[in-house]
Amino acid sequence: MVVPRFWRERRSRYSLIGTRCPVCGTVYFPPRSVCPKCGRKSVGKMEEVQLSGKGKVYSYTIVHQNVIGYKYQKPYVMAIIETPEGPKLTGQIVDVEPEKVHIGMPVHAVFRRIAEDGKAGIIQYGYKFIPDEE
Amino acid sequence: MVGIVTYGSYIPIYRIKTAEIARMWGDKPEHPEKGLGLFAKSVPAYDEDAATIAVEALRNALRRKNIPGDKIGAIFVGSESHPYAVKPTASLIAEVLGAYRAHAADLEFACKAGTAAMQNVYAMVKAGMIDYGVAIGTDTSQGQPGDALDYSASAGGTAYIIGKDEVIAEINHTVSFVTDTPDFWRREGQRYPSHGGRFTGEPAYFKHIMSTAKMLMEEAGTKPEDYDYVVFHQPNGKFPYRVGKRLGFKEEQIKPGLISPYIGNTYSGGTPTGLSTVLDIAKPEDRIIAVSFGSGAGSDAFDITVTDEMENFNRDAAPKVWDMINRAKYIDYATYLKFRRMIVEVD
Repeated sequence: MVVPRFWRERRSRYSLIGTRCPVCGTVYFPPRSVCPKCGRKSVGKMEEVQLSGKGKVYSYTIVHQNVIGYKYQKPYVMAIIETPEGPKLTGQIVDVEPEKVHIGMPVHAVFRRIAEDGKAGIIQYGYKFIPDEE
Repeated sequence: MVGIVTYGSYIPIYRIKTAEIARMWGDKPEHPEKGLGLFAKSVPAYDEDAATIAVEALRNALRRKNIPGDKIGAIFVGSESHPYAVKPTASLIAEVLGAYRAHAADLEFACKAGTAAMQNVYAMVKAGMIDYGVAIGTDTSQGQPGDALDYSASAGGTAYIIGKDEVIAEINHTVSFVTDTPDFWRREGQRYPSHGGRFTGEPAYFKHIMSTAKMLMEEAGTKPEDYDYVVFHQPNGKFPYRVGKRLGFKEEQIKPGLISPYIGNTYSGGTPTGLSTVLDIAKPEDRIIAVSFGSGAGSDAFDITVTDEMENFNRDAAPKVWDMINRAKYIDYATYLKFRRMIVEVD
């Protein structure tokens, strides 16, 4: 990811900041500047909302492939997390044995390194998830 | 009254037993336990570093008492393992907090950068420059495989928010002592630190901690028996008892704040996390003395009194240090090398 794109998205990636449409109440993450349901009625009115970081596993997969930058972490769990606010977030589940992950498992967001742009590039930080309790 | 408004710690979930490290390097498994008083050390996961530990510790502090980012006027992060050589950790913390009108800087002073951060914030609050400030001690410390430090260099951190309203622990006095003592160092570009072996004891750890503790008690007009708890920098499980006894403290004052036997030496996180462990159990009017040590070398000492506000403070809103010590997943030496990125690079 190029530096400016990561930099633009840092607030939402660090602190799970999305947006809410004041017309229909739908919450979006990543943030949207226009609600796709309400269209022009939402323009200029979208409100920032911070997600709680809580959620449940909606679906997941265990990655065994040698994905560049993730070889040291495999096998690792990529999941879709259903949040109480509405949006479904994609993220890694860490600090857990992959075989213990199951659909419906309660998780919460933690702050981790997501990727590194080689040895000399920037370190991208953001959210991953860990189980609430095993 | 100036003091701690809220606090939080973070210790990574992974541990390696010192007996496993001894097995790897041909030492007797009981050697680190008997010789150093160390049973296990915390290990950062592959995707953890001093910045992620700082954020998790700070979020635990904010779970106990939320201070809005626009009220925070200073952020100092002490570490000797800042993720970047050039680019501050403190600016990342500012972004996480949404604290943009803040004095922010990274500090480095071996194992005492965290307490140096606390002193800086304390001074700015006391001077009336800011209402609240954040001080963090965090590290993923490096020990060369096979070196004595391999048994102790671990990971963890603690965040304090210091202010003057709703203070749970008043900082009555703080003093420091510093000399140019080359007991431990790491040159630019070097991956692992070097140290003076036995020279790290008497002229370094003991001299600085004893001098600073005595200076503090002289300024405060106190004696060792006036304190309920004493926290020392904890590079292993033995030095704190030894320095404490020489100063006239008893084992029961030292033990509650000594966690290095179970998680190792968290460097800049060491004394702040020992203090955090004591704050997890302290009652109003308990008096605490905390003395850090940073190689190179210097010590910062704090005389602290827990206030009645502790009764209203929601300590249970975040995990306590012992909750995190007990939440452990043990790994072998090969996994440790992988997590610490000590395996020759693979793509």
